Amino acid sequence: MYLMMTDCSVQVIFWRAVASIAWAVLLLPPITAVFVIISRFSLLHPIQAVSECLSFLTSASAIFSFILLCGVIIMVGFLNLEYYTVIPTIACSKIALLGQLLHPRQFVNSLGHCIMGIIVAWCCAITVGGRYETIADPCAQGDGSPQMCLNEYHLILLLAGAFVGFSHSLLGVIYNMNYVSFHTVQQYKYLRFKGSLSLVLKCSATQALYSVRNYIVVYFFLGKWSLSVHPLDSIAGLLDLSLLYHLWISASFLLFTWHLTLLLFRVFVTEVYSFPVQSSFTEDAHQCLPTVLTDKQPMILKFLALLDLALLSQHSPSRRSEVFSLSQPGGHPHNWNAISKECLSLLADLTQRLIAYHDTVATNGRAKSLSTGSERKTSSESSVPFILSVSPLTAPFTPDLDSPFASPALRRLTAPMDQCSPWFGTVQSPHIMRRVPKLWSTSTGEKSQALFADSQAHIWALEGLSYLVQSSFSEDQFGVVQTALPSILSCMLGLQEAVDRHFKLPHASSKPVRSASSMGDSTHKTLRFALRATLKTSIYRITTTFGNHLNAVKMSAEHRKRLQQFLEYKE
Amino acid sequence: MQLYPVVTQITAIWTNFLFHTFTTYSTICTRDSNTVYCHINLLSCSYIYQLMSFYINSPLSCAVVVPKWLSVSSGCTLALLRWFSSFHGSLFPHLTVSCMSSEDMLAEFSQVLNWSDCVVRAFAWHPHTDKFAVALLDDSIKIYNPKSATTPTLKHRLQRSVAAVQWKPLCATALAVACQNCLLVWHVDPCSLSTRPSSGCAQVLSHPGHSPITSIAWSPSGSLLVSASPMDTAMMVWDVASESGVPLQRVGGGGVTFLSWSPDGSHVLASTPSALFRVWETRMWTCERWPCVKGRCQSGCWSPDGSRLLFTVQGETVIYALTFTDTPAGVPTCTSKGSQAAAVVADLSETTFNTPDGDIIVGGEIQSLAWDPTGERLAVLLKGDPQAADRPAIIAVFKTRTNPIFELLPCGFVQGEPGTEPRLMQFHPNFQHGALLTVCWSSGRITHMPFYFLSAGVPHFGLSGSPSLPRPQERPADFAKQSLFTELMS
Repeated sequence: MYLMMTDCSVQVIFWRAVASIAWAVLLLPPITAVFVIISRFSLLHPIQAVSECLSFLTSASAIFSFILLCGVIIMVGFLNLEYYTVIPTIACSKIALLGQLLHPRQFVNSLGHCIMGIIVAWCCAITVGGRYETIADPCAQGDGSPQMCLNEYHLILLLAGAFVGFSHSLLGVIYNMNYVSFHTVQQYKYLRFKGSLSLVLKCSATQALYSVRNYIVVYFFLGKWSLSVHPLDSIAGLLDLSLLYHLWISASFLLFTWHLTLLLFRVFVTEVYSFPVQSSFTEDAHQCLPTVLTDKQPMILKFLALLDLALLSQHSPSRRSEVFSLSQPGGHPHNWNAISKECLSLLADLTQRLIAYHDTVATNGRAKSLSTGSERKTSSESSVPFILSVSPLTAPFTPDLDSPFASPALRRLTAPMDQCSPWFGTVQSPHIMRRVPKLWSTSTGEKSQALFADSQAHIWALEGLSYLVQSSFSEDQFGVVQTALPSILSCMLGLQEAVDRHFKLPHASSKPVRSASSMGDSTHKTLRFALRATLKTSIYRITTTFGNHLNAVKMSAEHRKRLQQFLEYKE
Repeated sequence: MQLYPVVTQITAIWTNFLFHTFTTYSTICTRDSNTVYCHINLLSCSYIYQLMSFYINSPLSCAVVVPKWLSVSSGCTLALLRWFSSFHGSLFPHLTVSCMSSEDMLAEFSQVLNWSDCVVRAFAWHPHTDKFAVALLDDSIKIYNPKSATTPTLKHRLQRSVAAVQWKPLCATALAVACQNCLLVWHVDPCSLSTRPSSGCAQVLSHPGHSPITSIAWSPSGSLLVSASPMDTAMMVWDVASESGVPLQRVGGGGVTFLSWSPDGSHVLASTPSALFRVWETRMWTCERWPCVKGRCQSGCWSPDGSRLLFTVQGETVIYALTFTDTPAGVPTCTSKGSQAAAVVADLSETTFNTPDGDIIVGGEIQSLAWDPTGERLAVLLKGDPQAADRPAIIAVFKTRTNPIFELLPCGFVQGEPGTEPRLMQFHPNFQHGALLTVCWSSGRITHMPFYFLSAGVPHFGLSGSPSLPRPQERPADFAKQSLFTELMS
């Protein structure tokens, strides 16, 4: 879909994805070689095992299965490109999560992963060899005639591949694995890749272990094959250590190659891209930073532009001077105007969102779903838009319903009645909603996460604006920033007030539990804290730079009071 | 286990031997290799001041012709040896600092003189206001603020063996504390009347294997925090708000002992327990390796504009300088990254000095360095010899100038009352009338020493540091209040 677009900024993303896939394919031979050695190695006959490995690696079947593996990696890479998002989809309740899991798009994804899992598992079966190699075994029937029977060892490996692929796809939804987060610490691609490699290996091995355990349990109950020569659905059959080892090794190999592809994709896509601030040719104008910033689609480009803005405002005096420059005929600060306007509208949008959410919470109980505005479009890849509705749980002064002291009547009355999925809250009446079980309940923490899901953009906007304002003190020759200073300050102070109010809500300031050793990115869970800290730092950056000069800036009395707190270092 | 350190010592001697031979043969100016120091003691124009001898840096005007093959081959051998010996640290970081308890390690690598028996274990001025935090021997931290009647005491069950404290820049509340097993970031509301903030006000940052933490540094823009542990080969870069850390690992040197972020935010000095330190560039987090000749880098400080790094090496009595400007006037550099070799700017070897109370010997190894925010005073804490009465630990103060050329002139000494020695020092980050040096003494006393002068240079505008011209929070009236904590000593 990207190829058809002629915009070369958009093509950047596509070529980055292609480069990441190419690297994943290039890394496949060494990984496969290691896998072959691990799966075939035996302590008793090391030399024999090594020579077997070498002869296998040069055989035709190995080359064929390697080509298949390459195909799978390319497929996984394109699925990554198709499904990734820079704004995480946060399910506020169990039912919303179920909705995500049953979404047709997700179904296609799961099916694809299942099939690819089977292909990888078939390659693993060929690689491991021995009893796993073929699906049919010659076996003697009761009357002595030779016949082909099902080789259950082969089958169990193939089904394991399907199972692991499917569970990988499901876990991807639960842990937001398609979410691509940007790092605060910028590093070169190779170093970032190297730094995450050990984590990926660890994740793959542990996830493979859990998947195999679950798979064994499922297989024990469901794996009845009448044609099998060695039935494995017994405890003794499944407790074969060699079988378990090969299952685990194969699952680890599968997950490792896929996770590696994902890691490379993340590393390549989130690399800093330097947009020109202005161009002397009008046909290149659509690639310039101010234009890309204001464009809505695709979201990733907007994020990259904001990141570039934050970095240029901090590190690059020459590019800053372009931002502060005036247009040649006319003398208008078009660059600064476009950049500041876009950043301010982003921040104002967040402020509005927070105020609206707070108001709905304060009205206590009436299920009023609020659409979060056109700005809240997720990237073209993500599916379910957020619709937040109100829960009485989040209201102030509402008793804790989970506490044993809350009466059953109270619990029933104030039973939570919302979810984040658009299919429910808008359609069903509150009367029906009141009787729904715990499944619908949401926590404020998750709602907070959903409110701040795209806050990485706000963080960069705040950084970009505040650094530009700070350097304008000495670098802005024409005073273009001065004219926007009152609106920047009032916007930031307004947001500060809204954020302060939001963090006074119950659970909004509670820290999420960190999920260690998972490929999913939990950065989005802490974005609201990062935003709060960046907001304060940004206001302080402006107040320390301008000091008492800010008293000459026009603003409302309430904002002046707030600003005075910052000037006195009391916030 | 027992044998290994001995073996390294031999290699170390070997390296040094080779290095010295090499330096005598090719007399320094190896601009193609950035791993070799230039010793310019012999060539620099020196003059003797009343007390100490100072070597003023005459940048590398030396050229002795040597056979090219000799310099190249010896250079290669040296690089190879260095490369091999550098693995020792990263493969066995536990052996480099072997058999040390974490308390010993903290004492060894701390910037505080005799950290283990020091009453005041860490001290930090707030970067914008007149409050400061003091970490005490009993692991509590007190915050003193002239504008507030309350003195909050911070205690936390994880707050043990505090090695360093630092306030977050561009923030009124956050204080980072380097503890034995973790990093704590306290949020102390300046308007709160509470004297015992609960431990809920502290964020706990920890990473497996990253303890004890001996040094921390906030970025001047307040966005990131770096922490170092001699037991961990990686330096951690924390995004404190989201409590996520990125380990930055490089081969060689073992752990990381001391960190210092340049005031303009562009570089971070990271020294290791072995004879190697790194200077990280903070935009893409790449680093330059700087192997030392003798020992590890003990201390370092940056000029206010971040262009010059002064540092000292354990076992040596000199101060080195490195420049990191694009092209400073008169100093030719090969790349925009910085100079290719460190230059000796001051020699503080022992000198006998007649005083009315008798002769004292001043000089020797350096414990720590501090440069005032205007870049006009440099304080050097000299270790002295605790056994010898005539060799006290003392603070030597220098006048410095960075523009147009770097100058270092002796200014005077700071000595305590009889029987006390200075342990820790820090300059006030925005003293309006010159420089204010705060010294923590072995007696537990904290004194502030003002140096009144008119700043000669124009106020600098760092890239991310705030310009010093408008300081709304400081009026002369505030200075009068400071006498609350000030004890003038001369």
